[in-house]
Amino acid sequence: MHTMVDKHADAVVHAKVAVGLPTPKVSAKDVNVYYGEKRALQDVSVDIPDRGVMAFIGPSGCGKSTFLRCINRMNDTIPICRVTGKITIDDRDIYDPKLDVVQLRARVGMVFQKPNPFPKSIYENVAYGPRIHGLSHSKADLDEIVQSSLEKAGLWNEVKDRLNDSGTGMSGGQQQRLCIARAIAVNPEVILMDEPCSALDPIATARIEELIEQLRKNFCIIIVTHSMQQAARVSQRTAFFHLGSLVEEGVTTEIFTNPKDKRTQDYITGRFG
Amino acid sequence: MSGYYFVTMAALVLTAFFISRARAGRLIKGGVGQLHSLPNYHGLFAASAVFVPMLVIYAVGAPLLERFAETQALSFFGTDAASDALHRNATLRDIQNLVAGQYTGTPADALLEAARTLKSTLWWGNALIYGVGVLAGLLAIGLSVGRVSAAFRARNHFERLVVVVLLLCAAVAVLTTIGIVFSVLYETIRFFFDPSLKGRPTVTEFLFGTEWNPQAAMRADQGDIKTAYGFIPLLTGTLLITLIAIVVAGPLGLFSAIYLSEYATGRFRAWAKPVLEILAGIPTVVLGFFAALTVAPLIRGWGAYFGLDVASESALAAGLVMGMMIIPFISSLSDDVINSVPQSLRDGAYAMGATKSETIKQVVLPAALPGIVSAFMLAISRAIGETMIVVMAAGLAANLTFNPLDAVTTITVQIKTILVGDQEFDSAKTLAAFALGFVLFFVTLVLNIIALTIVRRYREEYD
Ligand SMILES: Nc1ncnc2c1ncn2[C@@H]1O[C@H](COP(=O)(O)OP(=O)(O)OP(=O)(O)O)[C@@H](O)[C@H]1O
Ligand SMILES: [Mg+2]
Repeated sequence: MHTMVDKHADAVVHAKVAVGLPTPKVSAKDVNVYYGEKRALQDVSVDIPDRGVMAFIGPSGCGKSTFLRCINRMNDTIPICRVTGKITIDDRDIYDPKLDVVQLRARVGMVFQKPNPFPKSIYENVAYGPRIHGLSHSKADLDEIVQSSLEKAGLWNEVKDRLNDSGTGMSGGQQQRLCIARAIAVNPEVILMDEPCSALDPIATARIEELIEQLRKNFCIIIVTHSMQQAARVSQRTAFFHLGSLVEEGVTTEIFTNPKDKRTQDYITGRFG
Repeated sequence: MSGYYFVTMAALVLTAFFISRARAGRLIKGGVGQLHSLPNYHGLFAASAVFVPMLVIYAVGAPLLERFAETQALSFFGTDAASDALHRNATLRDIQNLVAGQYTGTPADALLEAARTLKSTLWWGNALIYGVGVLAGLLAIGLSVGRVSAAFRARNHFERLVVVVLLLCAAVAVLTTIGIVFSVLYETIRFFFDPSLKGRPTVTEFLFGTEWNPQAAMRADQGDIKTAYGFIPLLTGTLLITLIAIVVAGPLGLFSAIYLSEYATGRFRAWAKPVLEILAGIPTVVLGFFAALTVAPLIRGWGAYFGLDVASESALAAGLVMGMMIIPFISSLSDDVINSVPQSLRDGAYAMGATKSETIKQVVLPAALPGIVSAFMLAISRAIGETMIVVMAAGLAANLTFNPLDAVTTITVQIKTILVGDQEFDSAKTLAAFALGFVLFFVTLVLNIIALTIVRRYREEYD
């Protein structure tokens, strides 16, 4: 056990030196997550750089979503869930009792696997975050935030004439882009995406991927995906999870062309998972 | 007689089912796919092919036979027995008593003859029905078993029959409703327009009159009390009590639903919800004397303390207790609706940084609103229709007032008061009950339409 952790830490240090990583945006150290008695994550340590896309891959049930939900403390909403270890964003411990989870979530947006727009109008969906965080001081302010968010999400042209229509009345792909617009409306620093394309067809998927490509210039994006191709297309770094541990993490091209761990190799060549 | 018929019918139905199913089963060689319908459907089809005609034969034959036998029996008496309903019924009763061996005294010859005829006609007739029914059943078995084949669409036929049965059930419910509405409407029209009724009000007097005093009709000799059928005081009384009830139960019910579904631990919820539902099971009579004996004196006491004059029977007491009665409707239904709001919506709000209460206010409740509105409407309908509590706690005095500390009365209470005891159904006073019933029906109908419109409009906007 001890040697394994050491080896792992070595690998991380090694990767840092190799790419000349700037100070990480999100940094996790020895994170363990328990659901009741069951341990879902074991000693996960990883650094995630700013301005870029980090992909989490791994077989079903390996803890990708669990780890993602640690980063905006969504696990707090699950009573039996317990998190140990340390996660920092910009060197601030996000599990610090003095830190307000509401403010954390304003800084760390999230997009879910199934599009979940609120049963409100398109406008209200996007305006929701700015409203609760008091980001706008006038109707005009709010209008502008809504418009720019929808533009960034590549949805503005499709919905600008029906902002008062229901958000749930759109196609799945549009709903997912609306959820992205809703997330970026509060101008977060980190955006978490949990399999954002798994309910979408290839065309809608391509649009979301384009959007991620745009967004990564301004945000730190962490995406969970089951599609190796998608990970290869959109991410600069990739982390491979297996049975609750982080097996290998590094530059995406490296991971896919030259994986160091046998398990990673087996997974990306489709031998399991 | 009918006992034999139904036993035979059951036997034939089962026979048809098992024979057809077995035959269809034997058709399967290798895979089920070759058969259009599964063997069970062939069985069900054959069973219904026997059941339906046999039932129809009995349902049509039995009443026809009875009529026929009665006419036969009555033919031994004079023409007046056939034409005069009263005479006719008395004679028939005599004949039937004689057949059953319960006739007291010595019967006349004609009566004996008639009884014998009735008996034998019934016997032969029943035998005929039985024969025809069994024949039809056997025929149906033969035909339906003969139709069993791989290509026969037994499932489609049977499912069409199921649809017809469902339609009939729906039709019964709808027709009953229509029937009730029309009978009430008929009496209401009589109340307003029947020239033979003394002291009936005009429609305008009824709808806009501010005095309600139907009892005066009994004491016409006293002269100084005028009969009045102004329905406004009853309406205001009903609305006042309902309003108090909903003001009490609305927030309490809704907030407890929110607490139960969003905040309470599983353990608390597990026993609190059943307890709330017990509250819904308390008979309203019990709530009524609770209102009259406990709540009303309390209110009176408090009123005296603040120097207010509270009637011993007050709208407030009735409204408060009625509010307690409808809390479970609101809380239990709202709780179900709130629970059915998908977790993904809550997660979406939490992930935006909304607090728990913001999530509930801005996301969960709006999503649950249509259901919550229906819960409120159901509760209001219950409150408007409730009688017992008001009888005991609010009194019978038809005061036109909006003061919750006064005694008032409601539509339902007046209907009950008018109809209690032996009443002839052709005085204006009695018929007034029907007019009240009709108005009550109309008021709840309007409320329901309003609720439906609210729900629909909301759905169009958001869902
Ligand atoms: N709310 C929960 N309560 C109890 N156990 C949970 C809960 N959520 C997840 N788990 C368990 O934690 C483990 C990791 O789950 P997680 O959802 O993180 O997997 P995942 O990698 O996202 O899988 P997938 O690719 O299928 O989404 C699983 O074994 C799962 O059973
Ligand atoms: Mg997952």
